[in-house]
Amino acid sequence: MIPKYILVSALLLAVSSAYGQQYMTRAGFVGFYSKTSAEDIKAENHQGYAIIDEGKKNLAFAVLIKGFTFPKELMQEHFNENYMESDKYPKATFIGAYSGDLGAGDGVYPVTVKGTLTAHGVSKPVEGPATIERKGNQLIGHCTFKIIPEDFNVQIPSLVRDKIERTLKVDVDIQCTKTN
Amino acid sequence: MHENQLILMRTFIITIICLLSLHLTTKAQDSSLLKTLGDSMAVHNKPGYVHGTFKSIYLINLQTNETLAAGALNFEIQHRFGTLNSGAYNFFGLDFATIRLGFDYGITDWWTIGVGRSSYLKTFDGYTKFKLLKQKEAGGGMPISVTLLATISNYTQDQVGADYLNTNYRTAYATQLILAKKFRYFSLEVVPSYIRANLVQTVADKNDLFALSGGARVHLTKRMSLDGEYNYLFPNQVNSTKAYNALSMGWEIETGGHVFQLVFSNSQSMIPTQFITQTAGSWGQGNIYFGFNLSRNFNITSHSKREAKAKVAY
Repeated sequence: MIPKYILVSALLLAVSSAYGQQYMTRAGFVGFYSKTSAEDIKAENHQGYAIIDEGKKNLAFAVLIKGFTFPKELMQEHFNENYMESDKYPKATFIGAYSGDLGAGDGVYPVTVKGTLTAHGVSKPVEGPATIERKGNQLIGHCTFKIIPEDFNVQIPSLVRDKIERTLKVDVDIQCTKTN
Repeated sequence: MHENQLILMRTFIITIICLLSLHLTTKAQDSSLLKTLGDSMAVHNKPGYVHGTFKSIYLINLQTNETLAAGALNFEIQHRFGTLNSGAYNFFGLDFATIRLGFDYGITDWWTIGVGRSSYLKTFDGYTKFKLLKQKEAGGGMPISVTLLATISNYTQDQVGADYLNTNYRTAYATQLILAKKFRYFSLEVVPSYIRANLVQTVADKNDLFALSGGARVHLTKRMSLDGEYNYLFPNQVNSTKAYNALSMGWEIETGGHVFQLVFSNSQSMIPTQFITQTAGSWGQGNIYFGFNLSRNFNITSHSKREAKAKVAY
């Protein structure tokens, strides 16, 4: 009967050690884009914090709203002060999980990411295709999706509404390195 | 048989407990991922600069601590009607107008220059403005913003029987140190001024004048705020005429690239060498000028391009 104990313990150990496999970055990229005949808007942030837990297939992302840079200084000020209210809601976060398996070798693996996106004090469930690339001791996540500002209670005055696309394209690129 | 069952049972229970506890830690770790990121952020993110202390480089008549971004061009229209107490015949001042048109340009993010022409005494003005210190977020070790402003003005209006008034006599200078602080929905500035007037009306008046101004902005909504400013001229400096302290109130509305401001002021001039030392109107007597300020921003060079360049330089 004793081997059974050993078997169970060994199994548990193996599982829990796999749970420790985390990849992290403090220089994740997130950018969003809008193109209308009146104005091209491009905002990019290279200071995103991201973490991928390979064992549990979980991932999280956090970015400071103030870290987004725009081609026009005034746009950046409006983004922070009028639209995103970054003093009140300094961060945008994502927490979720991916389904699909990452192979043991280097390569790009398609996955589906599902989770909760929080910005401007509003949380929304999001789901979409993404890829995770394994490259040595790194996991590189890439994802493109669309968001609607109004979904996050961001009000755009009618005067400038036509200058901003109804749905914004968001690009996320995180190059996470294995921790410890 | 009986003993075997007991051991099996025990194994089963222990396995269940182990799995349960594993499941619980898994659950806990889900939200802890965000916590890990938050903790990391708290450690690695240093307090940044405070932005948007004031909406525009002009408060009402006073300038604010703000400078333009490098490559940004601002077109400023400052317009004052006549006084409200000028009666129904003059449509309470709306029949008259004083206007200053100005261009402001950001040479760097901390250095702005500007020129203007005002219909009040047909005055030309120019200024150079340096951001010396920038307020940082809490814990950043810099509680206020400090900007230095130097203005020169020259009025060109003909004065009958005063041919001796040459360019030198018509010129005045104002040097102002703008100390500003932004609280969450409230911004404040204190501005000590030194004004040099090359020629004053009588010997009783001083050529070197000192004043202390205060200005404030209160957010009403995301795009609207109330502004106010008061300019205190220290006594016994202007004696031949009565110079009142200029008090101005404004209601500011922001729309896209414009800042629009409705203004009430007892000062007709919009240039510091004049409104601080020559304000003839008094609120008490109803010498109140209604008017507006309108600023429009244009971008000559791209902000992000410069930012990218700055990153490469590091």
